[in-house]
Amino acid sequence: MSNEASMHADTSVNVPVEVHHHEEHAHHHHHESFITKYVFSQDHKMIAKQFLITGMIWAVIGGLMSVLFRLQLGYPEEKFMWLQDLMGKWWFEDGHLTAQAYYALVTTHGTVLIFFVLTAGLSGTFANLLIPLQVGARDMASPLLNMLSYWFFFLASVIMFSSIFVSTGPFSGGWTAYPPLSALHDASPGSQHGMDLWLIAMAVFVVSSLLGGLNYIVTILNMRTKGMSMTRLPLTIWGLFFTAILGVLSFPVLLSGFILLIFDRNFGTSFYLSDIFVATTNTALPNEGGNAILFQHLFWFLGHPEVYIIALPAMGIVSEIISTNSRKPIFGYMAMVASFFAIATLSFLVWAHHMFVTGMNPFLGSIFVLLTLLIAVPSAIKVFNWLTTLWRGSIRFTPAMLFAIGFVSMFISGGLTGIWLGNSALDIHLHDTYFVIAHFHLVMGVASMFGMFAGIYHWFPKMYGRYLNNTLGYIHFWITMIGAYLIFWPMHYEGLAGMPRRYFDYSTWVSFNQFEGLNRVISIVAIIVFAVQILFLFNFFYSIFKGRKVTTQNPWESNTLEWTTPIHPGHGNWVGEIPEVHRWPYDYGKDGRNFIPQNVPVGENEASH
Amino acid sequence: MNTTVTTTGMWKGGRSPFNVEYGKLMMWYFLMSDAFTFGAFLIAYGTTRFATNGWPDPNTVFRTYPFGGETHAPLVFVSIMTFILIISSVTMVLAVHEGHAMNKKGVAKYMVLTILGGLAFLGCQAWEWTHLYHEGAWWGRNPFPNADGTISTTNFTNFFFTITGFHGFHVFSGVIINCIMLIMVLRGVFERRGHYLMIEKAGLYWHFVDLVWVFVFTCFYLI
Repeated sequence: MSNEASMHADTSVNVPVEVHHHEEHAHHHHHESFITKYVFSQDHKMIAKQFLITGMIWAVIGGLMSVLFRLQLGYPEEKFMWLQDLMGKWWFEDGHLTAQAYYALVTTHGTVLIFFVLTAGLSGTFANLLIPLQVGARDMASPLLNMLSYWFFFLASVIMFSSIFVSTGPFSGGWTAYPPLSALHDASPGSQHGMDLWLIAMAVFVVSSLLGGLNYIVTILNMRTKGMSMTRLPLTIWGLFFTAILGVLSFPVLLSGFILLIFDRNFGTSFYLSDIFVATTNTALPNEGGNAILFQHLFWFLGHPEVYIIALPAMGIVSEIISTNSRKPIFGYMAMVASFFAIATLSFLVWAHHMFVTGMNPFLGSIFVLLTLLIAVPSAIKVFNWLTTLWRGSIRFTPAMLFAIGFVSMFISGGLTGIWLGNSALDIHLHDTYFVIAHFHLVMGVASMFGMFAGIYHWFPKMYGRYLNNTLGYIHFWITMIGAYLIFWPMHYEGLAGMPRRYFDYSTWVSFNQFEGLNRVISIVAIIVFAVQILFLFNFFYSIFKGRKVTTQNPWESNTLEWTTPIHPGHGNWVGEIPEVHRWPYDYGKDGRNFIPQNVPVGENEASH
Repeated sequence: MNTTVTTTGMWKGGRSPFNVEYGKLMMWYFLMSDAFTFGAFLIAYGTTRFATNGWPDPNTVFRTYPFGGETHAPLVFVSIMTFILIISSVTMVLAVHEGHAMNKKGVAKYMVLTILGGLAFLGCQAWEWTHLYHEGAWWGRNPFPNADGTISTTNFTNFFFTITGFHGFHVFSGVIINCIMLIMVLRGVFERRGHYLMIEKAGLYWHFVDLVWVFVFTCFYLI
């Protein structure tokens, strides 16, 4: 399907492209060297690309790790001598993944995917790209802090990456880093220097997230163009706005928790430690009076909002793409904003549902059940609004649209099991099983990944002035969609049967022998899905240089302001004046007109939204 | 770069309180974030303290002042520290005020006083830490018994040094920021800009650091 096939001749509303003028403009104001243009760039669009490509590198690393541990889970008997030759003896012994390496892999997989890919890679990319373009600003409020945000992320990435090569291995105590395992050097090899590097990397990451978040909030509040009231913001911006607020308010609490953990590890304090005997060194520790549960509270006070830090940008992106490609106004704009607000608020009040079985007071648990289940209300509002936007739309099934619909599907499938897990009584059975893995991978991992893919397919023309290949896009979508369900759906059954997570080998466990074949299927599908992501990466990098060129300013016939910029916008985004906004961004199919961009004045006989 | 604020008629009464420059707004959000960091520390402290049987009595721990020998003067020294810090907030307000009047000399004078106040506070804290260290207190070491005479856990000193240290780090960075501001004032940067907005932003940070001390002071010295 050609992207221009559905184009109409009516582009009179668009500002003519003044490429030569723009180049003069850029040349006149910015004397950019390679370093200032591509490396230490302060242009939000370049920083967005830096976040995206760094995120992609991490996604490949994290994805490869999952392939390695899926090999172990699917083929516990098989000897992988070639992998041993490739990776060395710390990782493989006698052709088998070592238990230590397995835990290091799952820990790093979780940390990297959650923080480096779906936080920095997702909101870092799209907040940077879209906020100035969609609110009508020349750049972020503080381009310098914005650049620093990326470079702190880069530094965190380097430190985290280096932890993989430490002789005692990377941290292996799970991405949640619960003490005492994470607090004691002698608890496991992974708790030695790997953990020190892990903590430093995460602390630097918090700084990056703070610098970015402050900038996003302030740019949205202060830098909107004339006429762009808050209620005329595209939903992408609303999603990114609440994401930034969540990050600014929840990451500092994680930082506090990590600082206390650093003291426990290195300075002899007992914030999280009490009455401990270390078997490996045969010593009783003097620490007294601390409480390991305290860390869990501090961790999950970030940890739960973090889920929404990952999900909200994807929700915003999906809302925008679904409305554009259904050629219909988004259904219930204010309800969407209100449900963003409700989700953001509630996300601070539900953290203890991760801790139902820690010995917390059951009465307290019941309050967290109530608050947790309340999140189903705004989530359901969003789902119904997406479905009603799709309903009777003239849908254009671009790859971006398919991924957006895929997001909705994943969000429903994963969200429904959230209602199970939010019940403290059911959680006694389900916690720490594959049911949990299935739940959060669908609702947060795969769904947000789909949101990210949708965003990449949709805004690639804006980023690089070329299209991604659609055929490869469709192959990418269908295999990923079907594959994701094939991987995670069966895990629900395994979890319901009681199969616990974080075990390196189930083969000696008779009750789960029945899942041997199923585990193998999951592993095979996981490898296929990973291979398709490589295909996507090929498409991405090939299309940057060789993709079909964008010839029109507004290829998706969209209403938002980024499509009023030149095809290759310079630093400053618009040539001449920034357009003034006269309407909300969802005037599709209004008064018989296909679409009316935000910068078109309201006509005399036209009812304004 | 367009930094004008777009107001959309929601506010009808004079100058909108939301009509602030982006840097100031950024500072406010940063302070909210920082408040959560301190909040997490203090809540962690409270949780641990209430889950522990017995706690040292601050009146017996913090009972000396410099050159006072082994006197029993509970909380006298920390009250002086607190007073100094609060006075430095007052001088900061005066610096901002002088900035509104575009009085370069006045701003410089009060910035100097604010910096001196900050340095005095840091000096007091350094003395107190040294004194406690010589009494045998440090991270992981607590020589002070509980109020009822039983042996105490080390978490009293652990939290004390971590949280007052984190606050002291904030005061230290505040002094650095104020020094930079002073240099910029003296070099006439703000006069050329036509406003002393940066002094206001530094002031917000400084007041926040003071406010946090009020909570830290209450949690560790009073209760």
